[in-house]
Amino acid sequence: MSEAKSLRVAYGEALVELGAINANVVVLDADLAHATMTSMFEAKYPDRFYNFGLAEANMMCAAAGFAHSGLMPFASTFALFGTGRAYEQIRNSIAYVNANVKFGLSHSGLSVGEDGGSHQSVEDIALMRVVPNMTIFVPCDPVETKKAVFAAAEINGPVYIRVARPVVETLTEESTPFVPGKANLMREGDHVCIVATGLMVKDALKASELLMARGIKASVLNVHTIKPIDAQAILERAGACGALVSVEEHSVIGGLGSAVAEVLAGNSAARFARMGIQDRFGISGKPADLFEHFDLTAAHIISRCEGLLKA
Amino acid sequence: MVDDVLAAKARRIRSDILKMLYLCQSGHPGGSLSLVEILMALYYKTLKVDPADPAKEDRDRVVLSKGHGCPALYAILADQGFFPREDLWRLRQIDSHLQGHPDMMKTPGIDVNTGSLGQGASVAVGLALAAKHKKMGYRIFAVVGDGEIQEGMIWEAAMAAAHYKLDNYVMLMDHNGLQIDGRNEAVMGLGDISAKFRAFGFQCYDVDGHDIEAIAAAIEAPSEGKPKFIRCRTLKGKGVSFMEDVAGWHGKPMNAEEYKKAMAEIGGSDDV
Repeated sequence: MSEAKSLRVAYGEALVELGAINANVVVLDADLAHATMTSMFEAKYPDRFYNFGLAEANMMCAAAGFAHSGLMPFASTFALFGTGRAYEQIRNSIAYVNANVKFGLSHSGLSVGEDGGSHQSVEDIALMRVVPNMTIFVPCDPVETKKAVFAAAEINGPVYIRVARPVVETLTEESTPFVPGKANLMREGDHVCIVATGLMVKDALKASELLMARGIKASVLNVHTIKPIDAQAILERAGACGALVSVEEHSVIGGLGSAVAEVLAGNSAARFARMGIQDRFGISGKPADLFEHFDLTAAHIISRCEGLLKA
Repeated sequence: MVDDVLAAKARRIRSDILKMLYLCQSGHPGGSLSLVEILMALYYKTLKVDPADPAKEDRDRVVLSKGHGCPALYAILADQGFFPREDLWRLRQIDSHLQGHPDMMKTPGIDVNTGSLGQGASVAVGLALAAKHKKMGYRIFAVVGDGEIQEGMIWEAAMAAAHYKLDNYVMLMDHNGLQIDGRNEAVMGLGDISAKFRAFGFQCYDVDGHDIEAIAAAIEAPSEGKPKFIRCRTLKGKGVSFMEDVAGWHGKPMNAEEYKKAMAEIGGSDDV
């Protein structure tokens, strides 16, 4: 297993590696290269790096121009400014024409911590999920982050990679498959399935372990691709367990929980609960305190699973 | 100097525009008619494009950022042989490749989807940067409206074009003075637009936007290593007396009587 590292560092390293084997890769940033870690690519390939300054809308449209010219742009900024400020640029100039643009957007969700609600994107997945042609990856660890970058390069069309800021221990193996649209079953148990994505996978695994000691066998389904959602895996787990809990550091509206609910509706009678940000904005605080504040820890997952099974 | 052949061509393009818009009973006559000579200066005097190979890598690119003016572009593309002229009469109909706003996925000769104002100018910056990146000599022409200049991202694009010294980037503005809600200066004053682009680092020219030769000359005038901005002074609704300089004809369909009158003025046939 490789060491714990920040997912944005893993993203920067992956871009450098991809750049070495694909000369068409260019990297764009909007004055956050040292935060998104595209600065690593800039240092290695200065002629293939373009800074757009604090002009995210222009960066996204220019990325479309690069893609229309046969290049493969990776555009980076914070998740909030990429998916929010430049939403309609992504919608009309990129997704509408299936332009081959990738966005690795960092500092997503609560993990930006102290910067507070103005910078915590709790709606980015929802915004990107409703856009046709979009693929969405939410990696859970450094290994998956790298795989997401390489998988994005294999897809002809827009891909959003949600890159969290914190240092994350490695949860998956180099050999673990990363197939777009195929969720990974990381723990098997037939009482309840914890459907998790991104940073919440770690807590889901911990919750599963602790539940086992309490006599509850919990599956953990790591949904690294939110779109297209792996309906087959979700329905299979719904059938096997009869109860599911989704967990994400994102609004419960429009993200993983909504995607799972859309799969279950009309197809399964399984009990289902959604954990995430309950239609609120974020606040300042240390990331660990924020996850506690928003009821997004292994302990909260355990009590939600137990509650669902008792209901 | 008036070129009789081009003058006749301009009349036919205008009559095609009117027929297209009359048949679909929607679309934007005013800003299509003001745009005709700007696009003619590009397609008949300037561009390296090949209708037989519209995706050729070293072609010049046109981004009609004021995408609602696309009937003028469609009429010219048809005249150039990118697709049959008969296709024009299906504008905006279901199953037509001619969408309400330009669609590169559907229409041969369209380089970029536009319609959401401001974005085309920015995509054009990416195209121009990519051309430099690939060390290729083709040029990018972004055609913008005057109301469109109010979009903030126009200035983001201008900033980037100057920063990267994109001397392969030419922005032409169709300055007809009107937008949907009225005169530019009443809705949101533009001030001295050329001075603003000059301050952003553009080489600026100012021409009669209905003089094809003058526009073409400005396109080829020195750019001093900078992106270029050409303000084309035009008349909204040009060629149809009751539409000229009237904001109400921005996006209004003609009735049968208006169509007949407009066609008579242009010198086109009003057969449909």
